[in-house]
Amino acid sequence: MKNLLEHMGIEPERLHFSWISSAESTKFVDVATKVTEAAKSLENKEKKFVKTKPKVA
Amino acid sequence: MKSYTDNIKEISKRLLKEDKVDMVIGYRTGSVPLMHQPFFAQNQEEVDEFVWDSNCGLNLANYITDRTERIGILATGCNSRNIAVHIVEGKIKREQLYIIGIPCKGMVDRHKLSAMADGDITSVEDENNGSITITGQNFSKTVDKAEVLQENCSVCVHRNPVIYDELAAEEVTEQKRDDVDPYARVKEIEALSPEEKWAHFDDLLSDCIRCYACRNACPLCYCPLCFVDESNPQWVGKSIDHTDVRTFHFLRAYHCAGRCTDCGACVRSCPVGINVRDFTKKLEKDCLELFDWEAGLNTEQRPPLDTYRPDDPEEFIK
Repeated sequence: MKNLLEHMGIEPERLHFSWISSAESTKFVDVATKVTEAAKSLENKEKKFVKTKPKVA
Repeated sequence: MKSYTDNIKEISKRLLKEDKVDMVIGYRTGSVPLMHQPFFAQNQEEVDEFVWDSNCGLNLANYITDRTERIGILATGCNSRNIAVHIVEGKIKREQLYIIGIPCKGMVDRHKLSAMADGDITSVEDENNGSITITGQNFSKTVDKAEVLQENCSVCVHRNPVIYDELAAEEVTEQKRDDVDPYARVKEIEALSPEEKWAHFDDLLSDCIRCYACRNACPLCYCPLCFVDESNPQWVGKSIDHTDVRTFHFLRAYHCAGRCTDCGACVRSCPVGINVRDFTKKLEKDCLELFDWEAGLNTEQRPPLDTYRPDDPEEFIK
């Protein structure tokens, strides 16, 4: 999944997979911080997989 | 390849005469050139309509899903692998099938031929000596078959059927991965930057009209209700908004991960000529590299995404 998304042109910095137990609150905070930092560090700010047109029912 | 056709007819007639099968699935001449249509022959007379040449590009495994009859079916390398996938996934029983194996010399790419023609092609002659003659109003052209092969056929490393009950011709020499690189195109895309990749797929899908021909031609896409057709919940928008189009292609490809045999039916059926294999071939390459897996090579092994092994690659999980 990660490979194909990257193959399609999603930056690796935007993709994170992690296994966090409900008891690991500190790990969650840690991962969430790293993910946002990595995504914000990207030069290309273009949003991907975001629809701008109204959704057709 | 006249002898192929004759052998296929002979075997099919014998099977029907001896009541070994209820029908034989093969191809007959379609209403337009370059696209033979799948045909179910249910008696010996109908068998005479069968034809075999370089225009039999649709995958016949698509037509055996959940069938209850005893079926004779033609199978090239990729078709036989898809039949094996069907057997593994419980969509048909091996005992129901009599597989007429066809060592395959590749199918021609109708989009390439159309681009070469000076007008509409009205008839195609397969010379059986490696050349193809296309004819239309005011033109006739003979081309080298190797030049107009479908891309998946030109890099195919499983031309001979992997399972069969009887062969309709002598086995052909297999191409080796060292001689032809099946993943050359994937590697080209892999070498691009994320922006270039994104642009490549944007461009690739810009013509997509969401007709779902690729899905319908695919033997793997047998879900009674496809995720794109479901409306409650609606997983993906039904518009041709580029996000929706990309979501459809990406998810459909992913549903085929570890199951796709690169038969090229999706590309062949696409009315606007999108190379859908740019998605699926990447997954095929990953499966080979990560799981040492090629789909449909036997009827026992479960596909990699269907099984758990303690040593499954998990470097991507942090």
